[in-house]
Amino acid sequence: MTDTLKVTLNKREGLSVIYTEGYINNQGGEEIAKIAYKLIEDGERKILLNLAGTKIVNSIGISILIEIIEQILEVKGRLGFCCLTKTIAKTFHIMGLAQYADIYDDEAAGIAGMNS
Amino acid sequence: MADHAVLREVTLTLPMVADMEIAASKTATAMAEFMGLAADKTDEVRMAVVEACINSFEHSQAEDSRVYLTFSVSGNDEPQKLEITVRDRGHGFKPSEVVDPKIEEKLKAERKRGWGLKIIRGLMDEVEIESDAGGTTITMVKYRQAGRGR
Repeated sequence: MTDTLKVTLNKREGLSVIYTEGYINNQGGEEIAKIAYKLIEDGERKILLNLAGTKIVNSIGISILIEIIEQILEVKGRLGFCCLTKTIAKTFHIMGLAQYADIYDDEAAGIAGMNS
Repeated sequence: MADHAVLREVTLTLPMVADMEIAASKTATAMAEFMGLAADKTDEVRMAVVEACINSFEHSQAEDSRVYLTFSVSGNDEPQKLEITVRDRGHGFKPSEVVDPKIEEKLKAERKRGWGLKIIRGLMDEVEIESDAGGTTITMVKYRQAGRGR
């Protein structure tokens, strides 16, 4: 039953891209947070979350993403999201995340936007 | 609200166990596909069902540790409406006392959770919450076509 989240990291073009594959619930959110916090601790200030492989999230998982946004804003960094399903994008807008994190249609737009 | 004939109804009882909400979302998907709901609307229903289940899992403290769901597709000539009820036998709550979460406050708050009802209301066409000391029932509706049946 559990759709375990697979998380991978790719450092490219001046930022770190975290790729997710699967359900972002509390465990999935924690997996993303573990990587994001390590990146922030190591001095990364631009993180792009590519959610192309994620079709469903829940509010507990998103709450953990909010914690990551809080952490990166504290160090004057930026968190971006790209490749969201329409429903995940709508959910982020309902919650107001778009005020504090950049949302891009695709990875190329995300990399360009976050490096601008 | 116009009365429609029930074309298909499915009931589901889930134990309050981690990730069981995914079983509910799969049933929601099957019902949405049966009624020919657009893919985006189907995704919205799935997410709302997941949130309603999680709310029950997390907050109801139901002694039977069960969530009871009914998925009902209705319409006249063709399927028009998907109605989903998510019910628990927990201690209930007062919906009017639930604080509407705001991102600017949550960013600074220690507790970042509490988004479930806001998400459900934002994704579904109609939402009704009935809650008392005997439990909580969330009724959610999605129409196949905007404006139909209302």
